[in-house]
Amino acid sequence: MNRFFDLPSDLQHDWLGLIGLHLREALLPVLAGLVLSLPIAQLCVRFRWLYAPVLGVTTILYAIPSLAVFVVLIDYTGQTELTVMIPLAVYSLVVLVPAIVDGVRSVPQETLAAATAMGLGPLRRYFQVQLPIALPAIIAGLRVAAVSSISLVSVGMLIGNQGALGNLLNDANIYHRPELAWNSVLTTAGLAILVDAALVLLRLVLTPWMPRGTGRRGSRAAAEVRPEPAASAAEEAAR
Amino acid sequence: MNVLHFVNAFFSDGAHWHGYDGIPTRLAEHIRYCLIALAVAAAIGLPVGLVTGHYGRGGNALAFLATAARALPSFGLLVLMTIMVGFGLLPVMVPLVVLAVPPILVTTYESMRSVDPSPVDAARGMGMQESRILLQVELPVALPLILSGLRSGAIQIVSTATIAAYVGIGGLGRYIIDGLYQRDYEKVVGGASLVAALALATLVLFWAAGRFTVSRGVRRGA
Amino acid sequence: MIRIDSVTKRYPDGTVAVDRLSLDIPDRSITVLVGPSGCGKTTTLRMINRMVEPSEGAILLDGADIRKQPVNTLRRSMGYVIQNAGLFQHRTIIDNIATVPRLLGWSKQKSRARAAELMERVGLDTALAKRYPYQLSGGQQQRVGVARALAADPPVLLMDEPFSAVDPVVRKGLQDELLRIQAELGKTIVFVTHDIDEAVKLGTMVAVLRTGGRLAQYAPPAELLSEPADAFVEDFLGTDRGIRRLSFFGSGALELRTEPIVAVDSTAEQIAARAAGDVPYLLVTGLDGRPLGWSAPEDLTAGAVDPGRLLSCGRPFAHGEESLRAALDCAVLSPTGWAVAVDGTGRAVGVVSQQTIGEAIRGAHAEGRAEAKAAR
Repeated sequence: MNRFFDLPSDLQHDWLGLIGLHLREALLPVLAGLVLSLPIAQLCVRFRWLYAPVLGVTTILYAIPSLAVFVVLIDYTGQTELTVMIPLAVYSLVVLVPAIVDGVRSVPQETLAAATAMGLGPLRRYFQVQLPIALPAIIAGLRVAAVSSISLVSVGMLIGNQGALGNLLNDANIYHRPELAWNSVLTTAGLAILVDAALVLLRLVLTPWMPRGTGRRGSRAAAEVRPEPAASAAEEAAR
Repeated sequence: MNVLHFVNAFFSDGAHWHGYDGIPTRLAEHIRYCLIALAVAAAIGLPVGLVTGHYGRGGNALAFLATAARALPSFGLLVLMTIMVGFGLLPVMVPLVVLAVPPILVTTYESMRSVDPSPVDAARGMGMQESRILLQVELPVALPLILSGLRSGAIQIVSTATIAAYVGIGGLGRYIIDGLYQRDYEKVVGGASLVAALALATLVLFWAAGRFTVSRGVRRGA
Repeated sequence: MIRIDSVTKRYPDGTVAVDRLSLDIPDRSITVLVGPSGCGKTTTLRMINRMVEPSEGAILLDGADIRKQPVNTLRRSMGYVIQNAGLFQHRTIIDNIATVPRLLGWSKQKSRARAAELMERVGLDTALAKRYPYQLSGGQQQRVGVARALAADPPVLLMDEPFSAVDPVVRKGLQDELLRIQAELGKTIVFVTHDIDEAVKLGTMVAVLRTGGRLAQYAPPAELLSEPADAFVEDFLGTDRGIRRLSFFGSGALELRTEPIVAVDSTAEQIAARAAGDVPYLLVTGLDGRPLGWSAPEDLTAGAVDPGRLLSCGRPFAHGEESLRAALDCAVLSPTGWAVAVDGTGRAVGVVSQQTIGEAIRGAHAEGRAEAKAAR
């Protein structure tokens, strides 16, 4: 077990240090993606014709292998964390934009009409009605984006050890220490699951108005109002 | 230093079009890996998703499994597999299948759950067996969503199958890895655009499959 | 006959949906289960085709326990119609209707021929055969639902609130259609509804259930209206059950007066002769015999009748065809207090006063009571 956490010195970090690095490299892009995708999604909601082309372009962007993007970016941003984070931010856009669009669109027309009738302006209506109701969908999108981002950071190893926990994979090969590869895979998976759980918790805290429990078809009404409409939407849009 | 310039240079170089390292060979390899991985992932995800969705049980267990599978890093899994079993097809297939099963499984389950319960009730009341209800009443209605799950899985596989090159069995990833070590951007961009084109072709293929297999009554005006 | 023999349905969480219910459902008639939500009416219906299994008791079909035969064989011998029709959206109308024949192994051709025949029977244009459900209105979809249930000619038809999702006008059309089809086919129909008016209109027998799944009353609708078993049934029937009960008495026995009727081309002498009676108004009819309107005799000028200045006679009632309720309604709405009776072709055959109708109602009630007493 000791050898498991005994990391070679060329990594310049201990285990916890790598975890911190990994989280930063994975989650900052998701945050950037979220900030970018909110206005993009709003544009897609406002101008319906925009949604299909945006979806098409982002899907193709998603299909470009991360490594290829890294290599091309090295010329501009060098062998740095930034080179890893830029494509990750683009990938999270692909998951988040459709999740937010579907979430905002799922707000019932009568709810919006009621908000307008009560005198809420467009900005207030967006922040006080549309965004909160779309929140479960947005968080469902964030879960997929965060987990896939955490998984993808490891590839950064190939461009001069910029892969945080992924760098352990390289050392596992160099020093013939398979336990380092196990460490990398298990720690990365563990991080992903923890971040995912944290986002679920966040949703529970932020949306006390949502029906709890899992009895989806417990009543016929529950079948019509699916608790997480965006789960499949995000899944559908993901790549 | 323009990306389009690289694309043009890559594809107009006659040497890239034939032989062991030619585009047709690499493309065929890539497509083969993708088809195998998608077939295995579908063989796991579809039946499990259809049956659990039909009976409406095990949704939580499924969601947990999907999250766990998604959490496994593809690249890490590849390296780990090569350390464990050596080079070959298997270390590539495991991460690709692990990658594609969650979207297929979760979307199939969700699609079955979102089928209007009243035709199912009517079918049961008319004396249809459960297997027929699943295949003839629920599946045709759930099909568009199921196809979208398969499409997500397929696109992810197409993009990620580039890792095959890392373990020396070719595919379009060869250009990217070689380009990386040779500092040959032309190759990297060329390989990446081939992957993107394959992804686009996959999208078109799934769109066509939807047109052919989804009933007009389900598609409506959409 | 379907015999429901002290059946109880208790769910694992302890709630009792149906409580020791016994009911004999007669053949070739419509039996309606009616009651507020939570009274177990749908559960009872679904126990007949074993969509729900009873916790206690048994259901017998022609004397044999329904659990004796394979469940899908039982279900295929019973048509099943549900609230939103439950059509298969991926199949055309004709293939929807052909579902059970196909399940029974009929050939595609024979199933489709049968389906086409049923489309006509339920009043659907066969041009709709190749359409998909989303292209049909709610009422049309429900007709398809009924046709689909009838496709294999099952002796029993189970209908679970089939008409409650459509608007009132369409609902009335569907109800009339069901009565017409039933007159032709004579199925054993069990019909669930929460609408007491629908129950009274359609039912040969009506079972009123109360919350908790207990039977409150099981009787023909006329008896239900005249003698509700208890306060619950009386309350459930609503306020104007006296008036509604008149639907069950024919208007054929009403004595009509014919002398206050004048044709639009009558001479002054004819008008004077007609006005001599005790009726203060005259009914003017057109040359085709249809009623045009009422007028006081002094306002009528021979040869110069202006139909626009007549008092409206409202909607007349069909003598002998429609009920006392229609006759009374007509008299109450008439500005003169007299109802106009017409024959099947719309020609005026007489007029009748509110007073005469009132006497007929009293007579009918007395007769009804005597009949009920004789039946007991």
